[in-house]
Amino acid sequence: MVTDSDIHIAGLDSILDRYARDPNALLQVLREVQELRGYIHPSATSYISVKLGIPRAQTEGVAGFYSFLHLQPHGEYRVLFSDNITDRMLGSQALMEQMCQQLWLQPGKVSEDGLVSINTTSCTGMCDQGPAMLVNGRAITRLTHQRVQEIGHLIRNRTPLADWPADFFLVEDNIRRSGPLLDNTIAPGDVLRTVIESGGKDIVAAVKNSGLRGRGGAGFPTGLKWEACRNAQGAEHYVVCNADEGEPGTFKDRVLLTRQADLVFEGMTLCALAVGAQHGFLYLRGEYRYLLEPLQAVLQRRRDSKLLGKNILGQQGFDFDIAIHLGAGAYICGEESALIESLEGKRGVPRSRPPFPVTHGYKQQPTAVDNVETFCSAALAMQMGAENYRAIGTDKSSGSKLISVSGDCPRPGIYEYPFGVSVREVLQDCGAVNTRAVQVSGPSGVCVAESEFGRKLGFEDLPTAGAFMVFDDSRDLFEVARNFVHFFAHESCGFCTPCRVGTSMLKSTMDKIAAGHGTKYDLREIERLDHVLQTSSHCGLGRSACNPVLHTLKHFRPAYENRLKSLEFKPAFDLDGALARARQMTGRDDAGAHLKAEEA
Amino acid sequence: MSDTFQLDGKPVSFEKGQTVMQAALAAGHYIPHLCYHPEFKPHGSCKVCTVKVGGRTTASCTMPAEAGLNVESDIDEMNGLRRTLVQMLFAEGNHFCPSCEKSGNCMLQALGYDLEVHTAGFRHLYPDRPLDASHPDILLDFNRCILCELCVRASAEVDGKNVFALSGRGITKHLIVNAESGLLKDTDIALTDKAMQVCPVGVILPKRVGFSVPIGQRKYDQRPISAQALDDAPRHADAGGSCAACEGTP
Repeated sequence: MVTDSDIHIAGLDSILDRYARDPNALLQVLREVQELRGYIHPSATSYISVKLGIPRAQTEGVAGFYSFLHLQPHGEYRVLFSDNITDRMLGSQALMEQMCQQLWLQPGKVSEDGLVSINTTSCTGMCDQGPAMLVNGRAITRLTHQRVQEIGHLIRNRTPLADWPADFFLVEDNIRRSGPLLDNTIAPGDVLRTVIESGGKDIVAAVKNSGLRGRGGAGFPTGLKWEACRNAQGAEHYVVCNADEGEPGTFKDRVLLTRQADLVFEGMTLCALAVGAQHGFLYLRGEYRYLLEPLQAVLQRRRDSKLLGKNILGQQGFDFDIAIHLGAGAYICGEESALIESLEGKRGVPRSRPPFPVTHGYKQQPTAVDNVETFCSAALAMQMGAENYRAIGTDKSSGSKLISVSGDCPRPGIYEYPFGVSVREVLQDCGAVNTRAVQVSGPSGVCVAESEFGRKLGFEDLPTAGAFMVFDDSRDLFEVARNFVHFFAHESCGFCTPCRVGTSMLKSTMDKIAAGHGTKYDLREIERLDHVLQTSSHCGLGRSACNPVLHTLKHFRPAYENRLKSLEFKPAFDLDGALARARQMTGRDDAGAHLKAEEA
Repeated sequence: MSDTFQLDGKPVSFEKGQTVMQAALAAGHYIPHLCYHPEFKPHGSCKVCTVKVGGRTTASCTMPAEAGLNVESDIDEMNGLRRTLVQMLFAEGNHFCPSCEKSGNCMLQALGYDLEVHTAGFRHLYPDRPLDASHPDILLDFNRCILCELCVRASAEVDGKNVFALSGRGITKHLIVNAESGLLKDTDIALTDKAMQVCPVGVILPKRVGFSVPIGQRKYDQRPISAQALDDAPRHADAGGSCAACEGTP
């Protein structure tokens, strides 16, 4: 007799073998099992643990960490609506409600026949073509009332995803303004060839001279990082490309990986040559699963052209190859040390630093972790020459920057500017009118009000990882902040007390105010929580989780105060509301029964 | 040869490789803490030991000691922060001290008293955390878990068993056990395990031991945790020693 366990164990060996039963590949194995079976059966968890030599509880703990992995049946079709504020502004909530009604389903629940589940997920990086969703991990864009209805029919008819209209899965690049990076005419291998032909000129020195700084937001000088990694002692050195583009409102890495994959890998290979690495990883966010095969094809083409593998371009001893690791729904893995933990097949919890990844990274070896755009820019800077590259942008922010524009504007998409461009200029170019505020660099960044539109993007003034979400005067900035607070609570890894508990409490306080139960006391509580988050969180997520609230409170305090019920203390608990059902059941309908709360 | 740093204006000598917390305790200076345990590698999750170093805040248990550091710990700002963190932990779980077998021996409760936490300060989250009473000799009451990972570390590093691990994320993070059934009875835990002794609160309890020492005569009923943690701290970096958290339930 074939048992449930047999079914769920079948096929695991071929997956495990493909990863050479390497315990570091745990997350990749789990992800593939999830893809194969729709969830990870308890017997599969046990089997994988035994085969990889990992304690079962650890495997379960890893699976339990990532949003896209399920330990219980989660429906044959798993629908996740992207829940960034930009998706909401395009009507995602109504569309989700529509779909739930069509399929007779509550959000977060699996339908009784096990067919489908519908829920929300953090920003899927399709803000310029939202509202967006993921169905079984595949991105679907430009949702409309009609498209959602068609999807509902397809699901009800159990149509395999492969047979759905290809148009649903179309992801556009929407490049609105290009510059030296997007206009580059570098052929695959050009930069490597030049470097090798010039006798392996000092890459670190060149990158340092170019003034290139990390494009992931923090802006650490890339040359210094590569130098520190090169100089660090270790049996192996590693190069990691951070393509876990999770910051809501950012999607420029998706476009680079689509159009400039060769340049990304060229930059990584240059870095490998500079630091002495033989192995590289591209950590691709799970939301960009559809890019996996195209990227693997590019890697194979580069291997065939001697741009990867042994003796690259005939250079004896220059060995380097790149593997792609997929994430599985965890924003925190964009933090470099959490990303490394995840690469090692663990829960994506940020490490205590120091030591830093440049000395103790992947498998505790020196590791250079850089953003997708950073690697592209490094390759470009090498090709242009440090001086020429430095001539672009500003004194402390050399080069160009890709900006992901979304929200209230007629031309959302990718804009490449030299650093130093003002917020106002970007707004003009994307055609935004009546703009009330711009969220620069995502929820963890800065909310810029109209009075500050003269501020310039760059490390001198407004550092940015690239997100640029526009809100016009019809938008309620309190709701924007509340969306971001929910995002941080959902994405907190839960390692440290202040972030785990603080983001959750911040969320419930914002919800209390939104529900009309807020008082001045709650604003004070927000300030208290913000202080704890800022001063004691383990990593940047917790420390920046209060930014949206702090910034909107600073610029748009009335948006909060208008919602306050009274200036005096008011408990979150509504006694009449809680008693209403019991009163109804006992047949009370007098005025003192306060039945309104229940009806509402 | 050892260098020194300043802790609240007093010089503290340290040896290379020690963290601020380790050096401070070894030198007889108390810094409040929960997830730190002298026998295990610090991981810095509870953040109760947060101190100010050169104007920046950081967990002292993971901060490497360096010559010349100016560490501020026993100041209003840091104690206020600790009070809030302890309040958060109380609000996060379901802590009913009067009926808890660990009352008087509980580090969270003792720290609460020491930091003068008089109210929860936050709305309680009242999580739904069912007990695991499946094991014949051991009870798990997850309601009290503060996610310090000491049992995880003890079981893995000392017992070599990996009975415990963490799953979930954010506020849904929770302790799990190493069994397909999810039940403690199907693990290889034993009463003699180190993991049985390290829980700073009342999650991991031996069965059939109830209030054998009356409340009022228990560990932290005698003296505040700040005094005892020092007694228990190892005097040298390499000394094993025991600490408050090593004491099992009576």
